[in-house]
Amino acid sequence: MAHESLQSTMQAEDTTMLKLSERDAAMLRGEQGAATQMAMRILARMAEVYGAEELLDITGAHIDSTVYIGEGGLEFAERLASLGAQVAVPTTLNVSGLDEHGWREWAVPPEWARNAQRQMAAYASMGTTPTWTCAPYQTEMKPKFGEQIAWGESNAIAFANSVIGARTQRYPDLFDVCCAITGRVPAVGLHLTENRAGEVLFRLVGVPEAIQRDDAFYPVLGHWLGRMAEERIPVIDGLRVTPNEDQLKALCAGAAASGRVALFHIVGVTPEAPTLEVAFQGRAPQAVFDVTLEVLRKARRELTTAEGETLDLVVLGSPHFSLAEFRQLAPLLEGKHRHARVKFLVTSSRAMAHLAEKAGYLTSLKNFGGQLTVDTCILTSPMLPPEIKMLMTNSAKFAYYSPGLLNTQVTFGSLNDCVESAVRGQVLVREWE
Amino acid sequence: MISIQGQAVVAGIAEGETLVSHEPLSFWGGYDHSTGEIIDRRHPLSGQMAAGKVLAIPFSRGSSTGTAVLLEAIKSGHAPAAILTTGVDTFFALASIVAEEMYGRSIPIVALTAEDFGKLKTGERVRVEAEGLIRRLNGASDWHG
Repeated sequence: MAHESLQSTMQAEDTTMLKLSERDAAMLRGEQGAATQMAMRILARMAEVYGAEELLDITGAHIDSTVYIGEGGLEFAERLASLGAQVAVPTTLNVSGLDEHGWREWAVPPEWARNAQRQMAAYASMGTTPTWTCAPYQTEMKPKFGEQIAWGESNAIAFANSVIGARTQRYPDLFDVCCAITGRVPAVGLHLTENRAGEVLFRLVGVPEAIQRDDAFYPVLGHWLGRMAEERIPVIDGLRVTPNEDQLKALCAGAAASGRVALFHIVGVTPEAPTLEVAFQGRAPQAVFDVTLEVLRKARRELTTAEGETLDLVVLGSPHFSLAEFRQLAPLLEGKHRHARVKFLVTSSRAMAHLAEKAGYLTSLKNFGGQLTVDTCILTSPMLPPEIKMLMTNSAKFAYYSPGLLNTQVTFGSLNDCVESAVRGQVLVREWE
Repeated sequence: MISIQGQAVVAGIAEGETLVSHEPLSFWGGYDHSTGEIIDRRHPLSGQMAAGKVLAIPFSRGSSTGTAVLLEAIKSGHAPAAILTTGVDTFFALASIVAEEMYGRSIPIVALTAEDFGKLKTGERVRVEAEGLIRRLNGASDWHG
């Protein structure tokens, strides 16, 4: 596949050229200001890399470039902001480098915090909505089926395409903002119907319904999907239950962490897959993978790097915890308290945390000895003190990235296992039988 | 002839030792931009220093923050000298294009066919030419054999 697409791109180089509209050309000449000109300069150059013949309009954007990584990303944001950048379409913002109002409770170095705040200020100045969340599809600004959008943040891209049926490429940091400012994207890839057909089939074989209902099934399936699909669009067939939004969210995050899945279909569940045939747009699968219980057990084991029962931190909320997840968690914590040795952290958005508080779901978290962080993520904020070495989570994304990014070891477990382990003060995991 | 013709996705000239893996890599969580070390502990190149090397991986995987990490690495001087992929990798291309926009400094990104990519081995000294030609600088070559 890669080979074929490369060949066509190489041929295309000689014969096709990017055709800019009159408005695009005006932006490139600087007629809409220097920031728009800079954004269009990058967009036009990237459109050629994508092999696009033209650009198309978008109606929304989600900017992932808000994550503070270092001076380069900050200078880029401040350059655009100082040139007067304003987004052309409704735009949400991804997690930032810190909990804007709560970072002092954690180990965030003050100088780092100042830079992360500068980066937040730069993106907030562009006429965006400061949602500071990696789950923008659980805000009021959730896109609609068929909408052309430019989204960053790998889990959100997978959710927008797969679960909602909106259309976005897997846009990288620094590019999402250029699309938001110009309101344009290269007319390629997942923006076009013909490129949204399933390519490889994952058949669930002999996976009991009880496991299909288990929350832990979805991040594990996502992890396996990402590992096996490579750059192809996966179709899942054989699901006998209707997953809820948060289960699909967990699937997206797992698939987009272990692989680069930007779109998948689930037959009978996701909007572009009423039948197997429609999901593949009438084409034949390039490969078929059987997902058995044995495969799932193997995939689940891959998400755990830790050995033994030592535990320092239980962390939930990647992607950001939703109101429904707070509702699910609250009764599990009722009347219990975490072990003195173990921290218990939930990460969410400020909007969702506010709703959860008003609904009364945060009381049991507080009484349990748990903590709540908003706007950010343990993976994007240097908030964890160095003594935290052993993590446990129900998130495939946290499990996938924490060993490399945080130099910790991690155990993947169900939500129940996570709560019980926090109470016992040591890791307790129940495998699928 | 000791060469492979690739497609210059972002054109540029570089020279360095190859570091090759057939496993895709996410730069976010996989590449330390302040040292150039590959830090994805599940990746075969984990612990290797990629700064200044000609890094060959099939494509970038995972988080969309990977481009920001590569931008930081180019700015701080800890980026690979060039990156070779199979097919066009837009993430790497973008980081290099933005680095040029911001700092007037980019690294070559070259797309190879899967077949040509398969001929690469770690530890060879190569030169990347502006038009996407990869030349091997030492030893006999079986690239065309």
